[in-house]
Amino acid sequence: MTINPPLPEHAAHVSDAIAAPIEPDAPPKSMWRLGLQVFVANRLAIIGLVVVVLFLLFCFVGPLVHHTEQLRTDLAQANQPPSSAHILGTDSVGYDEFGRLMVGGQSSLEIGMAAAVMATLVGTLWGAIAGYLGGAVDAVMMRVVDTLLAIPGLFLLLLLVAIFTPSTGLLIVVIAFGAWLTPARLVRGETLSLRTREYVQAARMMGGGNRRAILKHITPNAIGTIVVNATFQVADAILIVASLSFLGLGVPPPHADWGNMLSDGTAFTQNGYWWMILPPGLAIVLVVVAFNFLGDALRDAFEVRLRRR
Amino acid sequence: MIAYLVRRVLQSILVVILVSLVTFTLLHLLPGGPARAILGPRATQQQLAQFVVQNHYDKPLIVQFGLWFNGLLHGDLGYSYKLNETVSGLIVDRLPKTLVLMALSIVVALIIAIPLGVYQARKRNTLGDYVLTGFSFVFYAMPSFLLALLLIILFSFDLPWFSPEAPQSDSLGVILADANGLVLPVATLALITIAAFSRYTRSSVMENLTQDYVRTAAANGAADGRIIVVHVLRNALIPVVTLLGLSLPALFAGALIVESVFNYPGMGFLFWQEAIVRDYPVLLGVTLVVAVATVVGSLLADIAYAVLDPRVKYTS
Repeated sequence: MTINPPLPEHAAHVSDAIAAPIEPDAPPKSMWRLGLQVFVANRLAIIGLVVVVLFLLFCFVGPLVHHTEQLRTDLAQANQPPSSAHILGTDSVGYDEFGRLMVGGQSSLEIGMAAAVMATLVGTLWGAIAGYLGGAVDAVMMRVVDTLLAIPGLFLLLLLVAIFTPSTGLLIVVIAFGAWLTPARLVRGETLSLRTREYVQAARMMGGGNRRAILKHITPNAIGTIVVNATFQVADAILIVASLSFLGLGVPPPHADWGNMLSDGTAFTQNGYWWMILPPGLAIVLVVVAFNFLGDALRDAFEVRLRRR
Repeated sequence: MIAYLVRRVLQSILVVILVSLVTFTLLHLLPGGPARAILGPRATQQQLAQFVVQNHYDKPLIVQFGLWFNGLLHGDLGYSYKLNETVSGLIVDRLPKTLVLMALSIVVALIIAIPLGVYQARKRNTLGDYVLTGFSFVFYAMPSFLLALLLIILFSFDLPWFSPEAPQSDSLGVILADANGLVLPVATLALITIAAFSRYTRSSVMENLTQDYVRTAAANGAADGRIIVVHVLRNALIPVVTLLGLSLPALFAGALIVESVFNYPGMGFLFWQEAIVRDYPVLLGVTLVVAVATVVGSLLADIAYAVLDPRVKYTS
């Protein structure tokens, strides 16, 4: 016979559930501060944050400081290697690569973040409603999620992009449509346990409606899961935009993004024009790794916040 | 367990029916309606009318779905007017090539990922573990097309070892015989999978190393290597079966990109080509087939898990 000592996380959750309502000296602010402390102490989190902020500055403030021609092509200046005039050389139609990296980054980051926000909002509401109402509503809503999850994302996205010709706005909607399923599942799981808590019961006793319970009680308490997942969603969405653009079905031509910069560069792999491939490629990898670091650190921060209160 | 399996099979069938409902809905969302979208802008009114009658688009939606679904069950996935072939014929031709590519990559990935994961679990929190974790982070974040390009630059142009193009042939035998052309596509797909597999093996082995049976085996004098291979791996690899099932959608997506970069004549390449020219029957048919393959794959993974791990009790 074995006596298994309870796992540390498990023990923490149990005591947490019992102690939380009667513990007076745990105002919400200190919980956030605890989380913040853990986040700041995490070196990878700081690296991730710095990288993200640097890229935002580079893409959105950079073009104001470093002016380059990104509208008119200049074939006389095409395929130039890096020089003092063009820090990262020029591409096959003469655009300055360094400037294009900024402009292209704007699309990648904008679409990635907007799609992640949209997917998170829709997924959160969907999951919270399904989990809170339960029963037949839950079953139907979650079968919808299962069904869409069964279709490999890239195929669904390419199909949608082929049906509805993409503008930037539509691309955001399409990517969000492929991405809201994960937050929906996560939030539903969280809701199933949250809806049985005393404060939710109390709100119902006092005559609060479903809408109030979901918006004022369930969602705020699932915020950790939601925020952490949203961070990973940004990373995924940036990868997906890049993939679609690389395949020639992403942001439409006058716009640039890191994916179609890379795909333009592929024509010259054999010529050794590294400046058309490495900079956008490196930018994608750095931003995606940075958002992953952020997500991991946020998860740790939220877990500690829960465990130590 | 029988009850669990029956429930799981019924669930999968339901999902397959719902997926076909999704593709049916998309068929009707095609710009200008299905007839115009499939026959193209130069089709005459008469041709459109004939197409509508032939495909029962004039009947009520529910009847249409019934007829269409019945067609699916009989292998009728539609007709590609752009390629002048039946969609099912195209898929029968291309799907095996994609499956071969995926299978080779999975085998390579497992052969590398499992020893890596075991090494990382045994030497956890050492320099070696950190370096490998760093690599898996980078490979996880690296888009597959970038990885493919880098491999081509490094191993086709800088070092002229492997062909930058996958074998070009209609016959699977010829493709498999050209090992040199397969190296880079398989390596790309394997590398992006190894990261996830080795992470999973690492945590699974670490969890099992703390179990009582490991202590018992050690107390009985079993050598470390024997404990790992004979006792721990057997238990630690069971969840990897589930992971295989779960990573099928990602593998199909990865295969699409790898096939596009290397011109590998598989289903992903077909899908990409037809997405550019908007050959809707092929797109809808392939989407449906890939989704069904994913559902069947994860069902098989679940069944394998239930068979392999008798400790798990399935109730409710």
